[in-house]
Amino acid sequence: MIGLEHYLTISAILFCLAIAGIFINRRNLILLLMCIELMLLAVNFNFIAFSRHLGDETGQVFVFFILTVAAAEAAIGLAILVVLFRNRRSINVQELDTMKG
Amino acid sequence: MFHTILFYFFATVLIGAALGVIFARNPVHAVMFLVLAFFQSAVLWLLAEAEFLALVLVLVYVGAVMVLFLFVVMMLDINVERTTGGYARYLPLGLIVAGLMIVELVQIIWLRGSGETLTGGFAATPEGYSNTKALGAILYTEHVYAFEIAAVILLLAIIAAITLTMRKRPGLKQQDISAQVAVRAKDRVRIVKMASEKPEDEQ
Amino acid sequence: MHGIHLTIVLAPLAAAIIAGLFGRQIGRAGAHWITIIAVGLSFVLSVLVLKDLYWDGGEPANYSLYTWAVSEGLRMEVGFLVDRLTALMMVVVTFVSWMVHIYTVGYMHDDPGYQRFFSYISLFTFSMLMLVMSNNFLQLFFGWEAVGLVSYLLIGFWFKRESAIFANLKAFLVNRVGDFGFILGIAGVVMFTNSLDYATVFGQSQSIAAQQIEVYPGTPWNAMSVICILLFIGAMGKSAQAPLHVWLPDSMEGPTPISALIHAATMVTAGIFMVARMSPLFELSETALAVVLVIGAITAFFMGLLGIVQNDIKRVVAYSTLSQLGYMTVALGVSAYSAAIFHLMTHAFFKALLFLAAGSVIIAMHHEQDIRKMGGLRKYMPITYWTALIGSLALIGFPGSGGFFSKDLLIEAVHESHWEGQGAIYWIGYLSVLLGVFVTALYSFRMFFLVFHGEERMDKKTKSHLHETPWVVTVPLVLLAIPSAIIGWFTVEPILFGGYFGDAIFETERHDVLARMADEWHGSLGLVTHALQTPIFWLAAAGVFTAWFLYLKRPDIPEKIADRFSGIYTLLDRKYYFDDLWIKGFAAGGRNLGQILWNKGDELIIDGIIVNGTAKSIGKFAGILRRIQTGYLYHYAFAMFIGMTLILALLLWA
Repeated sequence: MIGLEHYLTISAILFCLAIAGIFINRRNLILLLMCIELMLLAVNFNFIAFSRHLGDETGQVFVFFILTVAAAEAAIGLAILVVLFRNRRSINVQELDTMKG
Repeated sequence: MFHTILFYFFATVLIGAALGVIFARNPVHAVMFLVLAFFQSAVLWLLAEAEFLALVLVLVYVGAVMVLFLFVVMMLDINVERTTGGYARYLPLGLIVAGLMIVELVQIIWLRGSGETLTGGFAATPEGYSNTKALGAILYTEHVYAFEIAAVILLLAIIAAITLTMRKRPGLKQQDISAQVAVRAKDRVRIVKMASEKPEDEQ
Repeated sequence: MHGIHLTIVLAPLAAAIIAGLFGRQIGRAGAHWITIIAVGLSFVLSVLVLKDLYWDGGEPANYSLYTWAVSEGLRMEVGFLVDRLTALMMVVVTFVSWMVHIYTVGYMHDDPGYQRFFSYISLFTFSMLMLVMSNNFLQLFFGWEAVGLVSYLLIGFWFKRESAIFANLKAFLVNRVGDFGFILGIAGVVMFTNSLDYATVFGQSQSIAAQQIEVYPGTPWNAMSVICILLFIGAMGKSAQAPLHVWLPDSMEGPTPISALIHAATMVTAGIFMVARMSPLFELSETALAVVLVIGAITAFFMGLLGIVQNDIKRVVAYSTLSQLGYMTVALGVSAYSAAIFHLMTHAFFKALLFLAAGSVIIAMHHEQDIRKMGGLRKYMPITYWTALIGSLALIGFPGSGGFFSKDLLIEAVHESHWEGQGAIYWIGYLSVLLGVFVTALYSFRMFFLVFHGEERMDKKTKSHLHETPWVVTVPLVLLAIPSAIIGWFTVEPILFGGYFGDAIFETERHDVLARMADEWHGSLGLVTHALQTPIFWLAAAGVFTAWFLYLKRPDIPEKIADRFSGIYTLLDRKYYFDDLWIKGFAAGGRNLGQILWNKGDELIIDGIIVNGTAKSIGKFAGILRRIQTGYLYHYAFAMFIGMTLILALLLWA
């Protein structure tokens, strides 16, 4: 019987893969953004699983808001990325080193 | 049983798609794998009887956000070689850390959860239950304030995205209408008073 | 009286300041007039003070003028203690200083540093007066260091001569060794009494003597012995007692008037004066007295021996001074403080006289100081000859001369001074001073004969210029010769047996040798007539005879002796290798140690490993750490994530 723990496991695996993705593709800003989307997806899995487990729809409402915010974030993130690319002709994260001492 | 098989099948494809996202060399492929991952997720959510969110995920994410991603990836002239360099350098570390984390999380979920009421399927929904209706019932009552804020956030995202990407090109001549309207005569014409004859001592 | 005391001290200081800072404005004559007048004023006033204290029965003055600082009840003051001991010292110091001032007019006549010289010797007079008139340890130390400073400046007066600079540095450094002991002694006094004031400290002397101090843990020593020995180490430095005597012969690099004033008559006797002043402390420690006695005896005898082999006229006198200082120290060691001060006084006169006479010879010889190149000067320089004869006779203790009374009675005091537990130390002291008489006579008359008698060994050019020195030189000689000759006659009785010093010098019943001698005292004349029966006279006579025989009658013998006993001769010629000990041993050792500590200790360990090493290791560590601080946000995010993973692992599996 498929239950909470299956969904949580899927969520954990997705989340960790997203993190590994950030580790591995640490140069490409677009891929980083996509990995973040993947993480959010993992989080949504958790919410839905617990919502179903507890029989409370509020968790699903939360997912709704997360989707909203994620969409906004993706929009703004991509906008920034476009501006960045326009200014520096690159989206290589390692060249964004103005913080480096 | 069929339900279980479906779950494992889609879950496997989902993880495969996620792996595709993180290992894909080409960003376009990565986007495509992400779209696949979203689709699989939507199916899994359907299996969990969260039909509304599954559809929203497909509509909003795949239909809007991922298309936006695709646009950007295609629009920007990204040098794939340069952005994927050093790929192998962090691969072992990333995999080790991710693997460790997965082991830990799974252990938490399965072992620590064994004593509690985590195992077993989800409780069956009552007869005539509509996920969409139930969500709508609380979204527009209890969470209406948050809903309004979400609307504002979306507005903000629109404005922000437009403002960020809009640019003034240096060589472009533009009409400044307000300046044209607000102009006064003395800004344009200068009246100079001067003697009509030369002083006599210079003659 | 206070005004007089202050004037005595400040007049030379004012003169020194004027001559030193405004020397160019007042000119050479101005410089010597103002200092001579100032020191003369001090002398006259000192005599007045002495008169008031002795003849008019005035009370000793002890008062503080100015409180410089108060620290936890420890008062640091400027004050004067003027009793008869002080008054005697003041008269001696100002008189000799005055004579030297006058003499300097002639001696330094052509020197470009004329005003500077007068400024220095006036400053010296001020410092020495501060030292002797002090009523507390701090001011004593001030005076002590101030005379040391002036001594340093004056030894190096001809600062363009390398040997002078070497000598003054040597004097300065050797004196620091002594001063280190001295200031530790003062610190000990403060530690036990919390006071610097003489009267307070002396009042508590019994309680100090009853206490013990553990310099090394586990070995308690008598506190008074420790303090007194430390103070005496100071005296050893200043009064040039073995083994800290090495600076005095070299100090002869300074101008001769200085040798007379500072390195014969006054400054070097500061140690003797100090011990006498501290008699209430020294009396309570027989250990310290034994140390004083042994050091004095060694100095008296062995330094005298060195005088025999020296050929520099001033160095002979310098070793003679060392030897005589040894005599005084021996007297201190047997608690005959009055005898020591008495000898100090007569010695100040006749030794200043000898030095000034030597200076006169040096002027006449155009600054030739080697006695082997002199001879037969008697007919050219009659005044110098006669005054030098008086000085030499006084030095060897010819009956009736100044030195006779002091030396004879000093030796007698040593002879009388056996008390329980003294044993071998007594014999060391007594034999040293007794045999020292012979040695003294030998080297004094060796020099005297070589300089004034015998064949004329100088070159023709010098010989053609030989003549008696001008009156500014000879007048002080005569003025010093008079007290050298006669002062013993009428001062011996009051000073030694008449209780002249009163309370200024303290002697316990057990040690009071002079009181015992007083029973056999039959007046000055009695002593002179008695002299022929003492071994002292015959030893001195033997010394003079030996000198006459070896250096006038058979001048070839000394060389043969030197050849025969070349080992001993070399030992004496090398001054018992004390210079080597200090210079090659301690100084070079110190330099090497310093070099090692500098190269290895400081540069390698402290700078290299500790200071720079710390910085370097931090730098290296930071160099590693800074690789972590990439500035890439995602690196920080990774770190956070890895940390989170590890914490989770810890919670799960640990």
